[in-house]
Amino acid sequence: MTCVHLLLTLVFAVSLGTPVEIQRPRGVPLTKKQFYVENKPFTCLDGSRTISFDRVNDDYCDCKDGSDEPGTAACPNGSFHCTNAGYRPMFIPSSRINDGICDCCDTTDEYNSGAKCENTCKELGRKEREVLQKMAEITKEGFLLKQHLIEEAKKGQQEKQSKVTDMQGNKKQLDEKVEVLRTVKETAEQPEKEAKERHLKAWEEQKAAIRLEKDKAKMAEAFLELDDNADGFVSVSELQSHAELDADADGTLTETEAQGLMGGAEQVDTSTFESVWPNIKDKYHSESQPEEPAPVETPPDEVKEPVVDNDSEPYPEDDISEEEDEEDEDDYHEDDDKAPPTIKTPEKNHEDEEAMPSYDADTQALIDAAQKARDDFEEAEKALREMDDQIRNIEKELSFDFGPDAEFTYLYSQCYELTTGEYIYRLCPFNRVSQKPKYGGSETNLGTWGSWSGPENNKYLLMKYDHGTGCWQGPNRSTTVKLTCGKETVVTSTSEPSRCEYLIEFTTPAVCQEPANTDLSPHDHEEL
Amino acid sequence: MVSLREVCGIIIFRWVPLIVLLCVSARAVDRSNFKTCEQSAFCKRQRELKPGRSPYRALLDTLELSDSRITLQLINDNNKVRLLLELYRLQGNMTRVKINELKPLKPRYEVPDVLISDPITETLSVVSQDENSLVLSLGGKDQRLIVSAQPFRLDIVEGPQVLVSLNSRGLLAFEHLRARKDTSISHKISSTVGSMWDSLKKEEDKPGMWEETFKSHTDSKPNGPSSISLDFSLPGVEHVYGIPEHADTLKLKNTDGSDPYRLYNLDVFQYELHNPMALYGAVPVLISHSTDRTMGIFWLNAAETWVDISSNTAGKMMFGKILDFVQVSSEAPQTDVRWISESGIIDVFIMLGPKPADVFTQYASLTGTQSFPPLTALAYHQCRWNYNDQEDVKSVDQGFDEHDIPYDFIWLDIEHADGKRYFTWDPSKFPQPKEMLQGLMDKRRKLVAIVDPHIRVDNGYKIHNEILSKNFYVKNKDGGDYEGWCWPGNSGYPDFTNPEMRAWWASKFAYEQYEGSMENQYVWNDMNEPSVFNGPEVTMHKDALHGGWEHRDVHNLYGLYVQKATADGLVERSGGVERPFVLTRAFFAGSQRYGAVWTGDNAAEWGHLKISIPMCLSLGLAGISFCGADVGGFFKHPSAELLVRWYQAGAYQPFFRAHAHIDTPRREPWLFGPENTALIREAIRQRYALLPYWYQLFYNAHRTGYPVVRPLWVEYPNDVATFSIEDEYLIGKDLLVHPVTDEGATAVTAYLPGKGEVWYDVHTFQKHDGEQSLYIPVTMSSIPVFQRGGSIICRKDRVRRSSSCMENDPYTLYAALNSQGSAEGELYIDDFHTFNFEKAKQFVHRHLSFSANTLSSRNLAPDSQFSTASWIEKIVIIGGSQPSSATLKNAESALEFEFDSTLAVLTLRKPGVNAAADWTVILR
Repeated sequence: MTCVHLLLTLVFAVSLGTPVEIQRPRGVPLTKKQFYVENKPFTCLDGSRTISFDRVNDDYCDCKDGSDEPGTAACPNGSFHCTNAGYRPMFIPSSRINDGICDCCDTTDEYNSGAKCENTCKELGRKEREVLQKMAEITKEGFLLKQHLIEEAKKGQQEKQSKVTDMQGNKKQLDEKVEVLRTVKETAEQPEKEAKERHLKAWEEQKAAIRLEKDKAKMAEAFLELDDNADGFVSVSELQSHAELDADADGTLTETEAQGLMGGAEQVDTSTFESVWPNIKDKYHSESQPEEPAPVETPPDEVKEPVVDNDSEPYPEDDISEEEDEEDEDDYHEDDDKAPPTIKTPEKNHEDEEAMPSYDADTQALIDAAQKARDDFEEAEKALREMDDQIRNIEKELSFDFGPDAEFTYLYSQCYELTTGEYIYRLCPFNRVSQKPKYGGSETNLGTWGSWSGPENNKYLLMKYDHGTGCWQGPNRSTTVKLTCGKETVVTSTSEPSRCEYLIEFTTPAVCQEPANTDLSPHDHEEL
Repeated sequence: MVSLREVCGIIIFRWVPLIVLLCVSARAVDRSNFKTCEQSAFCKRQRELKPGRSPYRALLDTLELSDSRITLQLINDNNKVRLLLELYRLQGNMTRVKINELKPLKPRYEVPDVLISDPITETLSVVSQDENSLVLSLGGKDQRLIVSAQPFRLDIVEGPQVLVSLNSRGLLAFEHLRARKDTSISHKISSTVGSMWDSLKKEEDKPGMWEETFKSHTDSKPNGPSSISLDFSLPGVEHVYGIPEHADTLKLKNTDGSDPYRLYNLDVFQYELHNPMALYGAVPVLISHSTDRTMGIFWLNAAETWVDISSNTAGKMMFGKILDFVQVSSEAPQTDVRWISESGIIDVFIMLGPKPADVFTQYASLTGTQSFPPLTALAYHQCRWNYNDQEDVKSVDQGFDEHDIPYDFIWLDIEHADGKRYFTWDPSKFPQPKEMLQGLMDKRRKLVAIVDPHIRVDNGYKIHNEILSKNFYVKNKDGGDYEGWCWPGNSGYPDFTNPEMRAWWASKFAYEQYEGSMENQYVWNDMNEPSVFNGPEVTMHKDALHGGWEHRDVHNLYGLYVQKATADGLVERSGGVERPFVLTRAFFAGSQRYGAVWTGDNAAEWGHLKISIPMCLSLGLAGISFCGADVGGFFKHPSAELLVRWYQAGAYQPFFRAHAHIDTPRREPWLFGPENTALIREAIRQRYALLPYWYQLFYNAHRTGYPVVRPLWVEYPNDVATFSIEDEYLIGKDLLVHPVTDEGATAVTAYLPGKGEVWYDVHTFQKHDGEQSLYIPVTMSSIPVFQRGGSIICRKDRVRRSSSCMENDPYTLYAALNSQGSAEGELYIDDFHTFNFEKAKQFVHRHLSFSANTLSSRNLAPDSQFSTASWIEKIVIIGGSQPSSATLKNAESALEFEFDSTLAVLTLRKPGVNAAADWTVILR
């Protein structure tokens, strides 16, 4: 059975270097020493009961709050205090007393387990001081940089603000200009339209006359050809020699059918033929001319699919973004690429008319005037649109939460990369995070800017990017960016702690806090 | 130019089929990947045979009797093929029945390495014989084995009761090996078998006898049909259990309208609940139970096997000689069981009980008992596919300490190895494995790294090259090395049926062979069905070759051999000193000897939490006690409530490991808010406090073969109300657990068994009478657990960060008194990790008893010795009365005590005696 020492002599090396002996039960912090008075009954710190002092640290749990066993593992909810001279004092759960594992750097937790612990407090203290010192330097310099960043950001913000104001003034002028030019354009277009219509109408009439002439000539030619015996009449039998005129498509033109075509007459002269000609002219083939080839039909498979623009989003996802999602390239374009490049519409076969004659000088002048008005208008409108875009962009930038002092402004429209074994990670703050295989392959969106998501007391310590490319059977990719104080702005590490949930560590002066105005010595004896 | 909307419309339309497909496959098992009986040619052929008069006839004049067995020939009157029947009476009330072809064309496979030794036989004597029957004595108690000649059947009777009948429904069917008709082999048939050949020719070939195609896979079947079948009738039986592994109820269902239960080790992606489909492991053991008797049927066959269960009425198939013996009650219920296997022989062990414990003893005498795990393996295991790198392992380890949650093992899945080359480490993620292992060792914790049996075909990989040079790979039907697709891509499969291969494999776990490994690293064998992604039913082609045997013959045994070889390796690397710990997914009868199993790739669903109970109970009945399900569910993301409930349930199941799929969000216990962290911490702490009890139960399981967790009926065999209970169970015989497995539950109803028994809530000490259904309101912190009145359970209430840290801690005894005011229990202590308990008898085994106000500790193993630093810190006596004094007799010193009169709980303060000592406490 374990032999438990009730009291422990603790030797302290205080800052002055004079050893002082203080007696108190094992595991009790100095702040609570007053409750443990030797040889006086001990009252559990929760007041639940009072026990004789020899039951303090006797390796049996008497108090519900565990306060009677500060130096043993007997109570499930107890805690043990190690002084850790040279480093930081700490409390450990009493279940870690004598468990064979060195928890306290001063080795006091393993007094009866056989564990071989070495006192590492001095070393730890030294290391901690070094780290703290380094941190302090970084913080100091970082904080200076941060001040610059804040100044620049404020300057930039003001500039942008005034620029927006200026631009809004200019925009107003442009608006007016556009309206004026619109009126000019509309005024010029009315006479242009009328002149064009006149010209077209004249041309249509002319065309109709030409067509009529041509038809008459063809009819006369046909009459002569049909009138085999040149008797000045075309008879039923003469007509029958033209099988192509067959109405029921049985291959022969019967007498009745021919008679039908001739309006019931046995034979017709040239003037009567004028009424027969419309019945036959569509099918009629001149014997002297070669048969016209049948119009080429477009093969049905060529009218397959509309052209698919490679830039358009092939996924049936609901969030088809306005931006070009070029990172969403994938293997599934192949099918689309096989679609024919253009759709061929059958050409017009009967374009026998001549081209429309050019406009007369008056009309042309009206057209030119209208065109100029249009160009002027469009130019002005374009300028207005561009101005709008610029204003919107600046306003968008101004709307971001760049921190309490706008210290994160400088990250806007920048990108930072880190190359790891397999991938190149790219963080574009306030925009997006992406990952690209080092040795070729397409980029994957690891999330677009969501929000600041740090703890309540400082939300600017974490950035959240979400709605990245979806994972198979999993969520959409998302990234948390952890910001720490540093002199440089750099991505220091990336990881994927959970499938498709990325973590990027990022240093920036913008999160450096004002250094506390104290010396850097660790508070190793705070309780004295 | 087409408008954007049109483009999207077209594309959406074109993507619909693919999306639907993905969604469907993500939801549940793709049944079309796995055969139904109808799609398995031999099962279909066999199942077409309906009960009726058997064509088999026993040729009584061929009887040969020796001390150890009798043999008889059977003839099939339809085709004149003769079979050889062997009957054995085995020590411990068992009967073994073997049937093989009298003269098979070539030897048929008989399963090796499953029986721990040749079973000890006892003399079978002929009691009487006439022209159509033979009556054999099975020893005492009027047990007789009756052989009826025509039609052939076997009946085991005890007095006027038929215990079991074989072939009483005429379903004995033995497809004899035959030459293929279209080959020239018929010319070579010798004259002696000529007549047989003639009759053979009359038999029609049926589809699938010589070749079978499933999906794109063709099974060449060079040996033709070879399946076997036999029926068993169990009069008076309505409840049968066992034949794991199925995601189904504890009590087996009638399969008349469905597929039979299938036993064929398969890697089933996202398995479904409540159906008879095969899963990762197979134990062909069926247990029958009625208030009269518990029995077992062990069908020793490693080929694909199907088991039909049907309910019937006794007496329908009674005729002939046995009517001389038995009283036939045509009203009595009866369960009929039919086993069908694709190849091998009929080799069946009928375990005659009569009590549940007898059946466990009988089965253990055949296939061995549960291996005794190191204590640490019974603690909590933290697993995930995958802990990404050393840094991740370190931070998870620290997370447990920061949140003051105990754990013993952290696990590394396949991503830890370099390109899935097992026995190696990914050089960028795990550059310093020993540093990592040492870090864990400093915290007295352990690590498991996965080693799967598929070996990456890669001539830069040492393991592959050695297997290749030693010619240890399984061969394909054409004699080349069998290759299949698994995690590493193209992979070879070592032939674990080859003892030389296994010895070589074991040697690879030596510390100097397995670079970066250390003594606190243990092993996990996954994918050992074996899983072959591009193979038929995601496993190996049946015509692949293991030496002279087809994969068809050995399939269900493969996983057992993998775990055996691995466990052997862990023992060897320590020079035979340390107990191994190996987890396996595939298993067979006898796998209990090699470590733990888990229920495979379950899902984060309430149904999966519920089914984990009957799945592990079924495995326990079939000998495999060390069972658990992935806490939280492998696939999908559990709600905080489900995760907490799963921890609470898992803390009371034998193998306690959380695991998660790589695509799920992280779920370490502290990621669900402080309240849930506290609930999970408490569940795990309850596990650690109870480790002494678990350890003692595993020791007993190792000694006796009794399952660690048991269905209620095992301990209350006459209480019919318990026969179908599967939402609660017993740990040992003293703790009853009814986990909360319903979402939003505000109460559970637990059945407390046993007339005259009392049960105490272990958290509140409230007392309840047995043989009642108890309504228990629950909150999120409730884990309903009851201690049986009459038991003493030892706990270690000082829970620390790992079980190793608690080795020397003191015990608290919880004595729950029965209605007679007495209680008893055991305490087992050893070094918790070596074989010295067995080899050097270094252990403490105490019997604790309380009666007549005296509590004492008595040595159960006087010839053993072990010194422990542990002592008795507290004794809690529940359900007694207030004494006026308590005296520790050894020291004649008075013990201080407290008595809570409302709950009748007496707490004796600090007896302080060593746990190994004799001591007595007297209350007055």
